[in-house]
Amino acid sequence: MDQQLKIELGKQGVFVTTIEELYNWGRRSSVWPMQFGLACCAIEMIATTMARYDMARFGAEVFRPSPRQADLMIVSGTVTKKMAPQVVRLYNQMAEPRYVIAMGACAISGGPFKQGYNVLKGIDRYIPVDVHIPGCPPRPEALLQAFITLQKKIDGQHLTGEDRPRFLDPNAQGEFSVPDQGEHDLEPTSNTGVWPVPITIR
Amino acid sequence: MSLAETKSEKVAGWNRPPVVEPDGEGELLEVAMGPHHPSTHGVFRMDVALDGERVIRLKPVFGYLHRNHEKIAEGASYLASMPYTDRLDYFCSLTNNWAYALAVEKLSGQEVPERAEYIRVILAELTRIQNHASTIGFLLQEMGASGTPLMYAFREREKILDLFESLTGSRMMCNYMRFGGCRVDVSTAWLDATRKVVAGLPGFIDEFEALLTANEILMARCQGVGILKPDLAVNAGISGPMLRGSGVNYDIRKVDHYGIYDRFKFRVPLGDHGDIYDRYMVRVLEMRESIIILDQALRDIPAGPIMDPKAKIRGFRPKPGEAYGRIEAPKGELGFYLISDGGPNPYRYRVRPPSLINLTVLEDMCLGQNVADVVLIFGSVDIVLGEVDR
Repeated sequence: MDQQLKIELGKQGVFVTTIEELYNWGRRSSVWPMQFGLACCAIEMIATTMARYDMARFGAEVFRPSPRQADLMIVSGTVTKKMAPQVVRLYNQMAEPRYVIAMGACAISGGPFKQGYNVLKGIDRYIPVDVHIPGCPPRPEALLQAFITLQKKIDGQHLTGEDRPRFLDPNAQGEFSVPDQGEHDLEPTSNTGVWPVPITIR
Repeated sequence: MSLAETKSEKVAGWNRPPVVEPDGEGELLEVAMGPHHPSTHGVFRMDVALDGERVIRLKPVFGYLHRNHEKIAEGASYLASMPYTDRLDYFCSLTNNWAYALAVEKLSGQEVPERAEYIRVILAELTRIQNHASTIGFLLQEMGASGTPLMYAFREREKILDLFESLTGSRMMCNYMRFGGCRVDVSTAWLDATRKVVAGLPGFIDEFEALLTANEILMARCQGVGILKPDLAVNAGISGPMLRGSGVNYDIRKVDHYGIYDRFKFRVPLGDHGDIYDRYMVRVLEMRESIIILDQALRDIPAGPIMDPKAKIRGFRPKPGEAYGRIEAPKGELGFYLISDGGPNPYRYRVRPPSLINLTVLEDMCLGQNVADVVLIFGSVDIVLGEVDR
């Protein structure tokens, strides 16, 4: 609705909102992350929750050990090929609405260890990622920035229409296929529904 | 079915004969703790077999964070491995840098200027303090003291990380040491800021100890739990605060006199019983000794160059040979073993990680204990998974 009119009504003591705004305000103000650290970035994630950076200001201080109670998965660190199936399985166990932040270079692309044989080249090959933060490791401010970006994203979602959140779309995919340990690599090497294989043009 | 048969069935397929026999005819409960478990400091799995609450068997499963550090280092130049060493034990990147620089300096026979040695000591002792404080914080977190001790530890850690950041440009991944010296010189302003932080540290440890040391719950949970006998500790190659908690007087700073540690007066705290409480206490006392070293180093630091003038950055090729450089990292003996064939990259690069080797006695400490204590014993070992799996 018209912002000017809303302010005017507010001065008269009338509070006007829409169900959508109220609903999104509630959702974005209590995003509970999963207590789930993978590598170096997990330490910066812990530092973000501590007194100096204080993630509690954004309603995200409650880290839940169980995926059933969590809304947000912060993939904080290197995902190896041994760990990738567990990460996808944990994501599958989370209840909708669920969001993913890929924290750090390793979670985005494999980072400095990309040339190695045992590191997954980005968790977005298997699960949909909402916010990527680069850095090795990203500073706590960067994680807060990612969190604010996620809140903006939640605020912009509509209850109906094309840009509705995934859990309101009956056709959206709920379970994501868990990769298996193949002979040389994970099988399949990526979930093509989430991550279309890029075509190299030479 | 007789009881004897049940027992032999139960232990079939175990990797070693059971030390603690399961009693009764009830079935063993096999629990997989991890890789996603809030207490495992990352991604580590313990397959625990339980008889009621008692741990009968514990099988550690590694490799969830294997990032092929050694293989990458064999394909990269000597200097290019320096940033990777930061990511081994990501709490103590500066001591990792030092151990690697020491190994390469032994290989190539480089001298380190005096000022650089002092800077290294200052940074290593600051690293030790922040590592021990965080370790105790995490240990208490796992005991159920949700938040408070960890908040205290991280408040102090942030002050030290600010110093690291203003000197090296990064909070955690410092990448600061070079072969034959250090990357940038410290300023007088930085030294003054460090003196200020170090002057505040004894107050922090006093506060921390007032909160914890005589705490009844801490004593009840820690004393007599997870005992590590000195002979087993020596035979298994344990090092660091775990070994000293068992009462073995072995500190590489005193044994090897690497760097300039023989110039400083400090004592080595030793434990008595080898339980979790002793390991906690050794860490607290080591923080106090680190402050004593820091005071001396900050007082005596001389002026001068920070790099060996003969050091070659580009085209660095040490002569063929092998070298093993080790230091007393906050977690124990951290060593790098390098073989050079005269090329620009090492022929063989091997890390001797304290975390992995300290973890090998986990089963011996946990057998017969309650499953809730496994979390505490694991926390008192003080590991970082980046170093265990590499």
